[in-house]
Amino acid sequence: MKKPYDYEMVEQSALRRQKTRNAVIYSLLTVWAIMVLFPFYWMILTSVKGYGAYNSEFVPQLYTLSPTLQNYADAFTTVPLGRYFTNTIIFTVVTTAIMMVVTVLAAFAFARLNFRGKNAAFVIFLSLMMIPNELVVITNFVTITNMDLRNTFMGLILPSVTSVFYIYLLKENFAQIPDELYYAAKVDATSDFKYLWKVMIPICRPTLVTITILKVIECWNSYVWPRLITDDANYFLVSNGIQEIRENGFGRENIPAMMAAVVVISVPLVVLFLIFHKKIMEGVARGGTKG
Amino acid sequence: MDNRNWKGWLYLLPAILFLGIFMVYPLIDVLIYSFEESYNFASQTYQGVGSYNYSYVLHDPYFLQAVKNTFVLVIFTVPISTGIALLISVGLNSIKALKNLYQTIYFLPYVTNTLAVGLVFMILFKKTPYTDGLANLIISWFGVQPVDFIDGPYWAKMFVLCFYTIWVVMPFKILIFTSALASVNQDYYKAAKVDGTSRWRTFARITLPMISPTVFYLIITGFIGAFKAYSDAVALFGTNLNAAGMNTIVGYVYDMLYGSSGGYPSYASAAAIILFAIVLTITCINLLVSRKHVHYS
Amino acid sequence: MKIVLQNLTKKFPNRSKTGPKEVVAVNDFTFEIPDGKLIGLLGPSGCGKSTTLNLLCGLEKPTSGSIFFGDDDVTKVPAERRGVGFVFQNYALYPHLSVRQNIRFPLENLKGDQKLSKQEMNARAEEASKLVQLEGLMERKPSELSGGQQQRVAIARALVKTPRVLLLDEPLSNLDARLRLQTREEIRRIQRETGVTTIFVTHDQEEAMSISDMIVVMRDGVIQQIGQPQEVYDEPDNLFVAKFLGTPPINVFKGYVKGEKLFIGDEAVLDAKGVADQEVWATIRPEGFELDENGPFSCALTGVEVMGRDISVVATHPQCENVTVRAIISSRNKVAVGAQSVRFTLVPEKVFLFDPQTEERICVQ
Repeated sequence: MKKPYDYEMVEQSALRRQKTRNAVIYSLLTVWAIMVLFPFYWMILTSVKGYGAYNSEFVPQLYTLSPTLQNYADAFTTVPLGRYFTNTIIFTVVTTAIMMVVTVLAAFAFARLNFRGKNAAFVIFLSLMMIPNELVVITNFVTITNMDLRNTFMGLILPSVTSVFYIYLLKENFAQIPDELYYAAKVDATSDFKYLWKVMIPICRPTLVTITILKVIECWNSYVWPRLITDDANYFLVSNGIQEIRENGFGRENIPAMMAAVVVISVPLVVLFLIFHKKIMEGVARGGTKG
Repeated sequence: MDNRNWKGWLYLLPAILFLGIFMVYPLIDVLIYSFEESYNFASQTYQGVGSYNYSYVLHDPYFLQAVKNTFVLVIFTVPISTGIALLISVGLNSIKALKNLYQTIYFLPYVTNTLAVGLVFMILFKKTPYTDGLANLIISWFGVQPVDFIDGPYWAKMFVLCFYTIWVVMPFKILIFTSALASVNQDYYKAAKVDGTSRWRTFARITLPMISPTVFYLIITGFIGAFKAYSDAVALFGTNLNAAGMNTIVGYVYDMLYGSSGGYPSYASAAAIILFAIVLTITCINLLVSRKHVHYS
Repeated sequence: MKIVLQNLTKKFPNRSKTGPKEVVAVNDFTFEIPDGKLIGLLGPSGCGKSTTLNLLCGLEKPTSGSIFFGDDDVTKVPAERRGVGFVFQNYALYPHLSVRQNIRFPLENLKGDQKLSKQEMNARAEEASKLVQLEGLMERKPSELSGGQQQRVAIARALVKTPRVLLLDEPLSNLDARLRLQTREEIRRIQRETGVTTIFVTHDQEEAMSISDMIVVMRDGVIQQIGQPQEVYDEPDNLFVAKFLGTPPINVFKGYVKGEKLFIGDEAVLDAKGVADQEVWATIRPEGFELDENGPFSCALTGVEVMGRDISVVATHPQCENVTVRAIISSRNKVAVGAQSVRFTLVPEKVFLFDPQTEERICVQ
């Protein structure tokens, strides 16, 4: 005869184990959450510490009792942060807008229209996805320099427009719209362009929004190309601005002011993220990659 | 029918123009550059065709340093970040309360400017005459002597670079892992539970094989991404990476192209093509290895 | 293994904002399942039958009440210690493991004194696969099998650890019609051969009736009737059971009893001895009609569908709750072509009366 289990005990020990496991999991998750959030906290904290107060702290303080906004004033007056900001907005808006037009038209052609050579063209497009940016940047730099477009918005924007991946993403989404809708529209004598504008774009709006947001993030954070193509501070974007501030602005030691500048340029994207975090995360999970 | 052919290409025209000028043409051109010897940027002339550019780059100590740095970075960050991301995602997948909050927090670094946050990391790790910095404060609790992580010994600088790189790539990995874990059918876990499968065995025999394509995808993209590291290093150590001894291969390419030591598109092209070859080789090896170990449904 | 449920209740918190706080998925179940029988839990979706299965298996904990396997109270026993085999609706076969590995999987979990050697495991897996006739497919991956074969792998995996109870969740729902017939015979055969007490869940009354020793009809978490399939079909306890069982469905009429006669419309169609004067639901099985020129019950004829052995007379009646009245009669009968109406006599044992308020059966003596 087998000894009967004491199930009350079994259940209780299982419950205890479950509790311990949860405690371990939550501590692990919390530790990483702190790792993620701490730099942001530090950035904000430092940006409100006074210059003198900061430099007298041999042991860094985790809080401040006398916050000041002076650093933010400095960030906008001592260095042309406002200009960097405007430049970045212009660059981001124009690049994203042109990219959307190009992407929508191409995705529409691939998803909806039939023409000779379509499949071959699509395969070529797809293979372009694998080309690393580093390979093409060199010639683009030479091209833009030769066209005398350095330190212009044209030079900044034009090579940043292309993104094969978004064409692919949107094409897949367009292709999910049932053919019947297209034939119904054709029967009603709707032109292709009107069909794209009135039917496909509204239906695929969520994807278009996602693509737009992802491109905005990409533009806002772009560093390499703007660095190559601009050496006139009047055309710096925020990333280059930050680098410039770090190396030449404020004097090397005014770290609170630097942090104020960092906060200012981080805020727009963080706000965008807080509003659209579901969409952004969905979009990235569907196959986006950084940069 | 003719009319329709013409129309399709018309819709494609903008994309073809942009891609042609800024992607296809440069791709061919970069190959040509890399074989043109003694190319003069100002006069746009060259003296011969050959492999001198490659040999120059391969013998350049800066390039060799960059290759070494890049490999160290890849070898440390890819396994560590993938492992931690998997651990965190499994934890995240097993809780209910606060799950969304944690997920949102973890994704935050993805949208922030690498250069900007890098500056914060620099401040946290830098040792100045005024302060040892927060990182040094923390390690001093464990009785370790303060080090300048930004301007100090090589291992310290490499540590910060790896640390920051991991911090930057984690959001993407956690996100992809959590969505892969969430898409595993719950019935498999119920079946395993009815059969009395231990937690560890469930993870090793069911969860891991089911998400193995994702693990593999993240390892490959992780390798590719880490090989192309650049702006993380700039954020921490400034634009003059060669002086800091912390340059990466991509950094070397850009420095050759432009900057204080720039003006040599031929050398830059050769370095870029070497990088591409390395990445391609590693990816192929990855693909071969995965054939054996990855389950595709 | 005899199974006893005692006052078993399961409540879930209601997720939608409207309505009551809790949803009662399983409401006060008390019944006994005799050893070695095949039992069908039957009901429309959302009736709590899957929850009952999960409670039996241990994947869910009951809010109150107890479950006994034989004399063991297993209410608090975790799923892995209950000794149940579970076949999931979508089979839940591990796609990366071969058929053999799938079947062996539960055995590899055994620990301590139950631990088996490799040979024993293989022998047991082999035995289970023979039982479900999977020999020769052992090295395949689940994706290389047909739906029916996958189903059998799932059954083998559930049986390999010689469970005390076998539970199947909608075992036939993922199969096409032809395989369904085959597979249900198969389940019956395997159950007979192993003699393991088996409980399966289905929303398809035909499936439940055809193979079960006993069916449990459920609705909204409440048991409606328990019994042998034929018994439940012939003597439904309430209107729901009468309507739920049988294809084509039972014909429901608004009627009334007056002077121990059942009236539908103005016609007295049947004797109703011992029933007080009142309004009733009068329900008639399709096979409860007999063509009779002088019969008491007349309907407007809409058409006749010939089905070979039988013919189906489709008619309408103003008091009928169904869209059409359907009568199944032997094809020896002839219905006049072009007739406007048709008359029937009714078979008393195929007619059931129900109270219009409680919907409970009213017995005719």
